[in-house]
Amino acid sequence: MDKSLEPIVKQLQEKFGATYEEFRGEAHCLVKPEQIIDVLAALRDGHQFELLSAQTAVDYYPQTSPRFHVIYQLTSLAHNLSVQVRVPVNGDQPKIPTATRLYQSANWREREIFDMFGIEFEGHPDPRRILMPDGSEGHPLRKDFPLGYEEPQFSFNFDEIDLRKPYAKE
Amino acid sequence: MTQIEEVTIDQYKHLVSERALTGETMLLNMGPQHPSTHGVLRLLLELDGEVVINCIPDIGFLHTGVEKNMEAKTYQKAEVMTDRLDYMNTMGNNLSYVMAVEKLIDVDVPPRAQALRVILVELQRIASHLVWLGTSGLDLAAMSMFLFCFREREQILDIFELVSGQRMMTTYIRPGGVWRDVPVEFEKAVRDFIKIFPKRIDEYEKLLTKNPLFIDRMVDIGHLSKETALSYGVTGPSLRASGVNWDLRKARPYMGYEQYDFNVPVLSEGDTYARYLVRIQELRESLKIVEQALNKLPMGPVRSDNRKFVPPPRSEIGVSMESLIHHFKLWTEGFNAPQASIYCAIESPRGEMAAYLEGDGGPKPMRVHLRTPSFDNLAVLPEMVKGHLVADLVAILSSIDIVLGDIDR
Repeated sequence: MDKSLEPIVKQLQEKFGATYEEFRGEAHCLVKPEQIIDVLAALRDGHQFELLSAQTAVDYYPQTSPRFHVIYQLTSLAHNLSVQVRVPVNGDQPKIPTATRLYQSANWREREIFDMFGIEFEGHPDPRRILMPDGSEGHPLRKDFPLGYEEPQFSFNFDEIDLRKPYAKE
Repeated sequence: MTQIEEVTIDQYKHLVSERALTGETMLLNMGPQHPSTHGVLRLLLELDGEVVINCIPDIGFLHTGVEKNMEAKTYQKAEVMTDRLDYMNTMGNNLSYVMAVEKLIDVDVPPRAQALRVILVELQRIASHLVWLGTSGLDLAAMSMFLFCFREREQILDIFELVSGQRMMTTYIRPGGVWRDVPVEFEKAVRDFIKIFPKRIDEYEKLLTKNPLFIDRMVDIGHLSKETALSYGVTGPSLRASGVNWDLRKARPYMGYEQYDFNVPVLSEGDTYARYLVRIQELRESLKIVEQALNKLPMGPVRSDNRKFVPPPRSEIGVSMESLIHHFKLWTEGFNAPQASIYCAIESPRGEMAAYLEGDGGPKPMRVHLRTPSFDNLAVLPEMVKGHLVADLVAILSSIDIVLGDIDR
């Protein structure tokens, strides 16, 4: 771990009870979902982590509690530091408070996580799907969502399969 | 099966002003099929006459599930998907993914491969900026720019074809090095390009930089402040045009960027013209890096000799039983990566391009997330266009240099 990151991690551990993990020099801090906004605010205002580089989620299906990790990759331009905050979220009705009040970039990123994983962000100003069509069912990046293939059409079953295809017909 | 739903204003009620609900202002779709949206992007505009009151980008038309697909493939085979994201920056996408894989499995890259990667990624940056310059010129009715820029871009794509056999979807950079060493003609081809290109940049600048019509359309249009840019996660030239000196090649050098002498152009105006100037200057800086890297291109292997992760060269397979086994195991089963996660970022032509990889101990990644710069750079568009004319929106949109394949993944 970077020397200048040590006091920051120590503060997170003492104040928020964060669990610290490290892999190949990357710092990961695990915090509880209800604390995430305070942690992000402490990092942004106290340590100049002004850029939320990435926000994404991981699905650990079939494990259910926690099933997901929501990941916040924060960058401090002033001190040239990076820290990753990970938030475990349970599988049934996953919910986590929104970070849009702190970082505007969280707006689209959280819409994407909702779209792809079905994790709800409480207080999000614009909770719509972003990549998938509005009426679509399911959340594609969940591990229990099938990858899906297109059925191969041959001359003998072309019309039959064509009927099942979702594009507009006259 | 998905039903196609009727679009009503209810969906967008919370995003438009109250005047739109009474019909005082007009809602207008720009795109998805519109030449100046640079791909399949739909912008829902709320207009008061010609003035944009609100802009609601609608993305996802090119969503192909790249991340899901990559999770179903082995680490080597998933790499081809990265080419298809940002089709203007194929080498850079390969590099960010490959660097993440290398960090996950802890493989070193020989110096020659590092230098080759730098040369190719910088050439790709030039090619990408040329497409941006050509198309944004075209958007502002400078038709000849488009033709000039594509002429030089073609030369770069020829170099890519020379080294990888492909013009665009190269997959040349592989975990542990590069696919194979460059042919002997490579050095001459790059030298030819280095020789003519400075003159060509002067030519572009002569056409545009001082052109009064161009300046009228660009100066003081689409202002982006430092704070807004950072809050929205804007990176790359758009951030540097707003006065933030942040370039991952300087801040966190990778692939030996610390050996090369180059400047990072930073301007403080934050308008469309500043973004134009930053990218034009980046063309010259990238060319400087290419020249330096080519001058001190070391000899030696181009692939790591860690046979557990990197396939052996073809010449060894015929004579060594171990090599044959390694080759077979790597291409059928793949290699096992540890159960851990890596976030690895590079500076792409558009900003911070990063790959988040999480392994589960097996040969396939459990989670791949690609942090693509255009996604955040587009999210800030509504802030920039408010109060401008529709014609200015076209200039602003082209100045943030988005690629829809990069946004939708």
